[in-house]
Amino acid sequence: MKQTHFKVRPFLLVGLLLTLLTVLSGCGDNLAQQDVMARVERTNRITWGVKNDTRLFGLMNIKTGQIEGFDVDIATAVSKEIFGKDVNVKFVPVTSNTRLPLLKNGNIDALAATMTITPERKKEIMFSDTYFNAGQAIMVKKGSKIKSVKDLTKGTKVLGLQGSNSVANIKKYAPQAKVLQLADTAQAFTALKSGQGDALTSDNGILYGLNRDDPKYQVVGGTFTNEPYGIGANKGQEKFVQAINKALKKIEADGTYQQIVDKWFGKVAGFDGSVIK
Amino acid sequence: MISILTTYWPDFVEGLKYTLSASVLALIGSLIIGLIFALFVINPLKPLRVIGRIYIEIFRNIPLLVVAMFFYIVMPQFIPHLDGFTAGTIGLIIYTSAFIAETIRAGIESVDLGQMEAARSNGMSYIQAMRYIVLPQALKIVIPPLGNQFVNLVKNSSVLAFLAGFDLMYQGNLIASTTFKTTDTYLAVGLLYLILTMPLSYLMRYLEKHWSTGAAE
Repeated sequence: MKQTHFKVRPFLLVGLLLTLLTVLSGCGDNLAQQDVMARVERTNRITWGVKNDTRLFGLMNIKTGQIEGFDVDIATAVSKEIFGKDVNVKFVPVTSNTRLPLLKNGNIDALAATMTITPERKKEIMFSDTYFNAGQAIMVKKGSKIKSVKDLTKGTKVLGLQGSNSVANIKKYAPQAKVLQLADTAQAFTALKSGQGDALTSDNGILYGLNRDDPKYQVVGGTFTNEPYGIGANKGQEKFVQAINKALKKIEADGTYQQIVDKWFGKVAGFDGSVIK
Repeated sequence: MISILTTYWPDFVEGLKYTLSASVLALIGSLIIGLIFALFVINPLKPLRVIGRIYIEIFRNIPLLVVAMFFYIVMPQFIPHLDGFTAGTIGLIIYTSAFIAETIRAGIESVDLGQMEAARSNGMSYIQAMRYIVLPQALKIVIPPLGNQFVNLVKNSSVLAFLAGFDLMYQGNLIASTTFKTTDTYLAVGLLYLILTMPLSYLMRYLEKHWSTGAAE
């Protein structure tokens, strides 16, 4: 008796787990497939995924409890342009790792989260036109021997973000370096400070934001890739993406866009990611 | 899910290696340290009891992630080259040892006092009586709860993922973020953890049965 009890249980458990997960994975699709345009018109509420740990783009202000940054302002401006001034704009924090699953599961309607338009991501979601031109760079402690990506040779350790394409790039540009991937920007910067890596790689805008927190670190060597940021929406949301593109053109034409750029990047010397030029 | 497993098999194997090594190291380490602190808290000497109690209460009541982060972020200032894997494993050892100490203490205290007294009155020293009479009986009693701690330990090793420790969960995160197939990837990761922990569960059960018959003779 006892023996059969023994043998059956693992299979039963695994089977149960499989069934549960199959059921669960089937659930998320509905909300993501609903037409965002129609739903927001009806509920007057749109949900954006933004970063909340990235200064200049999306950072949680602890005093106000609000997420603030370039991405947040762009998302707000675009939403108001499409759905009118009174639309409720809600922000959900995402990381590089969670942003696509959250979008695809329908937890959020759109993404403005320092996300580069890449062919791989285009297979999964839709992108708007570019709303910001970033480029990948590296940041090191002041006085470090590493002056550019070329100095990341054998024996050096580079910190990066899980799910960002900067880690894929760094493997191309510095194939000898060991890449350590952390969950978010804040963690990666803390790891750099405590000496877990020799350099931190990410998009220049993000690095300049970190630099502001702590001037003992500096961005070196300039950018070595182009990272055009786009707003992400689910597949099948053609109408929504068209509306976003129209709204982007509108805020670029009426000066709102440049105001937002100046507000966040006006004081960052030698850096301009504005798409109007 | 099968395609994820086959395509990324080398990465999963790499993750399994790190998870397994962290678990084995932490298992041995926490068993030794746990036993030492268990002997501290039941010791007739008060200073040792106090030290043991403080250690157990501190590390039992701080989340593992905090302990591990401490070794990853703070300790490198004093000890250079403390990488994610090492920091995580040290965190695991310390955290788990606090629980193991409590488990073993309970086991020792459940052995009838008369055993110790009888051993002492037969001329054994305290250490001899503990070593040859009390501990062997206590260890038999604590095998089931100890087994729980070991299974927890393997699962808790996923804390390495937060420290870039290359374990199974870390590899899973990377695969999920490259393929965007989150459900499949984490399902695969879950299964691989099951493959690690299930045999451990059954081994502990086997030991439990084996030892309890031994004790009944």
